[in-house]
Amino acid sequence: MTLAWAQLGYLAAAVCFIIALKGLSSPRTARRGNLIGAAGALLACVIVFLVSDIHHLLPILAAIAAGTAIGVLGAYRVQMTQMPQLVALFNGVGGGAAAIVAIIELTELGPGTTPVFDLIVMAFTILVGSVSFAGSVVTFLKLQELMTTRPVVFPGYPILYGLGLLAAFGSSVGLVLIPSLIFAVLLAAVGAGLGVLLVLPVGGADVPIVISLLNAFTGLTVAASGYLLENILLLVAGTLVGSAGTLLTRLMANAMGRSVINVLFGALKGGSTLGAITVSDRPVKSASPADVAILLAYAQRVIIVPGYGLAVAQAQHTLRQLVDLLSERGVQVDYAIHPVAGRMPGHMNVLLAEAQVPYEQLKEMDEIDPEFKQADVALVVGANDVVNPAAETTPGAPIYGMPILHANQARQVVFMKRSMRPGFAGIENELLYEPTTTLLFGDAKDTMSKLLAELKALTV
Amino acid sequence: MNTDPIIWLTIFVLSIFVGVEVISKVSSTLHTPLMSGANAIHGVILIGAILVAGTAQSVPILVLGLVAVVLASINMVGGFVVTDRMLIMFSRPKRAVEKSARRELEK
Repeated sequence: MTLAWAQLGYLAAAVCFIIALKGLSSPRTARRGNLIGAAGALLACVIVFLVSDIHHLLPILAAIAAGTAIGVLGAYRVQMTQMPQLVALFNGVGGGAAAIVAIIELTELGPGTTPVFDLIVMAFTILVGSVSFAGSVVTFLKLQELMTTRPVVFPGYPILYGLGLLAAFGSSVGLVLIPSLIFAVLLAAVGAGLGVLLVLPVGGADVPIVISLLNAFTGLTVAASGYLLENILLLVAGTLVGSAGTLLTRLMANAMGRSVINVLFGALKGGSTLGAITVSDRPVKSASPADVAILLAYAQRVIIVPGYGLAVAQAQHTLRQLVDLLSERGVQVDYAIHPVAGRMPGHMNVLLAEAQVPYEQLKEMDEIDPEFKQADVALVVGANDVVNPAAETTPGAPIYGMPILHANQARQVVFMKRSMRPGFAGIENELLYEPTTTLLFGDAKDTMSKLLAELKALTV
Repeated sequence: MNTDPIIWLTIFVLSIFVGVEVISKVSSTLHTPLMSGANAIHGVILIGAILVAGTAQSVPILVLGLVAVVLASINMVGGFVVTDRMLIMFSRPKRAVEKSARRELEK
């Protein structure tokens, strides 16, 4: 039995984690919450070295140092735009670690002494840990656009999936009956295959929901490891993440007007095949930066709809200057933040906060959407799917049912776009062909600078 | 394993409710940092990795255990650091706003 004071220390760490999650739910306390969580994790690590009989101290410390270096480097090097894939990777390695821990536990069992329930928990940890690992790697590849972001489905997919589930069940039973390394490795391999299959049919825009789901999965494996290792802290922390992560997954899906089941398996019903990948040649109206500058300068009310394209072009700083200039001219400007603008819920807020856009100019969808009717200009910068009317008019479109910003209700709509390529969800946007819509082609940063220069010229 | 399973089950069930309760009211603005923060918390599997690596009896097991330690530390440390980086950006503009408000007052 672990010493009493060590148990108290673990309890303190568990409380830290609860406070951390609580703190992260409110903007005012979020940063402090995260730091408290980190303190709890540090405390737990110190305790484990003090009370447990740890051999191979040097190699372990070296391994921790290596992991810390990689983690810190990754966390500091990453562009804010690439945040979602980094979180996916961090989650994946956590799941992998949990699976490895369970495999090692298995090899250290004495013959025939382990209760069946413990073996089941072991099988669960190995399986779900591998699912989380492989699934996270695929989400990373999708978000990094190293593979197609469109849903991948092939004939026979459901059969393969069914076979995968059967294999998982079979090797789990095998592992419980004959606890051997062979079954453990087999189970890990099957889990990895299932993880890949789970994420393949998910369209690019929905991938963040899957990250959150896999995050919850990893939490559960950590909880299971806690049971196996008789460590209460792991049980509590893992369960917290498992349940909070499940709820968060549902909240995210709701924000996109989707159900989790629909996100995971919607593509199998064939709905998403509607996506157009061809570039349309229908006529559109385009304008020069000078025209748009005049339009903006003499407007009363401008609403900006920022999207991922803005962040990719790193144009958010120029955009803020533009908005400042307009505000000085007495134009009322707000940013309309769609819940899933960017690549993840809340991602756009992070990106604009990075450009030091005042928090009060960022309006959430419910608040700003009715105001488009009064707006003279809706300036859509690098966004597409979040203003696509197809979400309301075209059942069968992958984004059908997602709440959208009604930019089309503004008197004029200006789209800053790099090309006529469709958005992340891969569907064409009818709004581009509306008579009130003007297109401003070019790289967002480049065009934004030209626009800013034209506007300055008008102001002088 | 010797501890009464009922106790483990109790802790498990209560933790589920705590997890749901603490994040039940979170604005979509904070979904990303919250996910990242929760992600960092399950990095505490590092403790499990240290335990199995520290009691390894053979070299292959030790190596495997060390791999788990590296992975878990990436998860935990990277997760907390990247969450903090995101959250700094949330707090920074507020200070900038206060500063400009003060400037207005001085005028």
